[in-house]
Amino acid sequence: MHKILLIIQREYTTRVQKKSFIILTLLMPVLMAAMMFLPGYLISMDDEQVRTVAVYDASSVFLGRMENSQFTKYKFIPKEEYQIVKQDIKNSSYYALLVIEPNFLTTKTVQVISGSNIPWDLKSQIQDKIQGVIEKDKMAEVVRQTAIPDLEQKIAATKTHINIDTIKVGLGGEAKKSSTEIGMVLGYIFGFMIYLFIFVYGTMVMQGVMEEKQSRIVEVIISSVRPFQLMMGKIVGIAFVGLTQFALWVILGVAIFSASKSFYPGTSHVQQIQNVMAQNQDTAQQVAAPQMDKIQEIFSMVDTINFPLLISCFIFFFIGGYLLYSSMFAAVGSAIDAQEDAQQFMLPITLPIILSIMVMMSAIKSPEGPIAFWFSIIPFTSPIVMMARIPFGVPAWQLILSMVLLVATFIGMVWITGKIYRTGILMYGKKPSWKEIGKWLTYKS
Amino acid sequence: MELFSTKEVSKTYASQQALTKVSISVEEGTIFGLLGPNGAGKTTLIRIINQITAPDSGSVWFDGRLLKTSDISQIGYLPEERGLYKKMKVGEQALYLGQLKGLSRRDAMKELKIWFEKFEITAWWDKKVMELSKGMQQKVQFICTVLHKPRLLIFDEPFSGFDPINADIVTQEILRMKKEGATIIFSTHNMESVEQLCDHIALIDKSKKILDGPTKHIREKYKSNIYDISYRGEFDSASNNIALKYNILSHQQNGNGNKLSIQYPEGSTSGELIRDLVEQVEIISFNEVIPSMNEVFIKVVKQNS
Repeated sequence: MHKILLIIQREYTTRVQKKSFIILTLLMPVLMAAMMFLPGYLISMDDEQVRTVAVYDASSVFLGRMENSQFTKYKFIPKEEYQIVKQDIKNSSYYALLVIEPNFLTTKTVQVISGSNIPWDLKSQIQDKIQGVIEKDKMAEVVRQTAIPDLEQKIAATKTHINIDTIKVGLGGEAKKSSTEIGMVLGYIFGFMIYLFIFVYGTMVMQGVMEEKQSRIVEVIISSVRPFQLMMGKIVGIAFVGLTQFALWVILGVAIFSASKSFYPGTSHVQQIQNVMAQNQDTAQQVAAPQMDKIQEIFSMVDTINFPLLISCFIFFFIGGYLLYSSMFAAVGSAIDAQEDAQQFMLPITLPIILSIMVMMSAIKSPEGPIAFWFSIIPFTSPIVMMARIPFGVPAWQLILSMVLLVATFIGMVWITGKIYRTGILMYGKKPSWKEIGKWLTYKS
Repeated sequence: MELFSTKEVSKTYASQQALTKVSISVEEGTIFGLLGPNGAGKTTLIRIINQITAPDSGSVWFDGRLLKTSDISQIGYLPEERGLYKKMKVGEQALYLGQLKGLSRRDAMKELKIWFEKFEITAWWDKKVMELSKGMQQKVQFICTVLHKPRLLIFDEPFSGFDPINADIVTQEILRMKKEGATIIFSTHNMESVEQLCDHIALIDKSKKILDGPTKHIREKYKSNIYDISYRGEFDSASNNIALKYNILSHQQNGNGNKLSIQYPEGSTSGELIRDLVEQVEIISFNEVIPSMNEVFIKVVKQNS
């Protein structure tokens, strides 16, 4: 027992001290934070290029009604100029040419000709403007025909935005406001994290085994400890590396979350986003208030998620899934001499992991469907799929069944892979076949 | 007194017979040479001694009882295929390997200090293994093998990778440890070092032990009535009755020292050979040729095939 602790300690310290580990651990939350903040920041940033769009309006509906916005100017041009510009848009002084045919109301299509791909922003701006003009005309027509007073205002008042509050009733009957979206996001994040951890740390185990085999230190070590101790010591040591990384991420994540919580509502940043929206949309005023509430609501709903359960399940399924897969990775590492040979044996390991991720995608959409259920019970896919279901709430019996099956499978798997490992690490010079690996299982230790 | 033995140990891998009923017995405080051509089964036997693999049948004995798991702290093993963690520091690694053999960190540190000073490698302590040359790594490995003062040492080609000076240092250390009571199993293809070091040898070929005994006796046993003689006087080996009666292997005549290598046939004796020679020439020296281990090895293995 003392020796396996020594091995765990060595596997752990040599990896945690590595520069790459420290850099990745610190950089990851920064990257994740960047992914959270960047879109908001980008929205607040305007496209500040001034563009002039030439408008050839054969229908004469729009003349004088295309208002310039801050960075986009509209210039109506006569037919003669249109024909010149049309020939050679690139060398003209216009960024784009908007062509409105007389029959555009029946085709419901206008053309924008440009020397480059026009920005999506500009396209939607033009679209909004044209639609706005036509709607206004149609509205005026209806108002004129029906002669109902204040019709325009009355129609505008029918526009309604509905919020759905999803209430989750707990075991004790207490009702909490929950969020399907947040459940999906968390399910995705946690499922994906298990996937990542199994892959990253499983591969690390494989490489550690190969390093020992290639450097030939393995024979020295297994004259001091049992091969099984060496294998488990390595697997457990690396698991601690993963848990350390996860713990650091949780700490950093909580720090970033609480920092942004105190920073988000009411700051100039949010205001800025809303101001931008106000500029672009007439309805902005109606949207802005709920938008504001929404951000605060997200924070309050994140608070209602059972994080202790989520994190302890994550740790359990991470360890369980990791042990199951890393022992297989260890067996592969022991069986081969060179990285190039790994492919053939990796496939049966990576296949269920990739399948898990695919199932997870559907599981976060329907966490109680039969696919989500079965794959969250079957041990090889359960760590990832179950993790994706947990934020939505999973019946205790399913959780326990899944956990028990996972533990039983990894014990069985470690027993099998231990046998492969013990023979594999001493085999040099040939790439074994599946058949041969099968024979190793029968060797006496 | 016997420290270690195997009794009729057999091992089969898939379709390949690695060991067939091999029994060896190693006396305490001696150096036991384990010889044999490549692929004969030596490594399998050594792995069984180290409990890396288990025999299919037969038993392994240590200190008068069956070998048990805890005995690995009393065994030191330097494998032929050996290495160290390349990215780990020398000192840290030696400490780790010492602790794996059951030493406390403090004892390991104390012993390492002595060894590092003796081998004059104290400056390497904080270097990464990958910065060392092959010979330097071998030195570190040797230290790691003997650090925990095992009662039984197993050296598989301990001199490979060493220059003559370092090989000599290691040889002296092996002899010193033997003097201090360590028992050593020594496997090598270098027959000169077998002659120099081994008290007893066993030769394994094609999974079976084909030769076993004290080094001296074995060489005696494989001598073939050949004598090296130097003499004064004239002697014509072509037209002489000695040439008819004996088998002359080589003959040199030049002024001051004439040399003759000669073999007498079965049934004759060295006395008869001397008597016949004295009649012809004046004998200066008369030495029986004892075969080198190299010759014994080749002869025995060839006979076995």
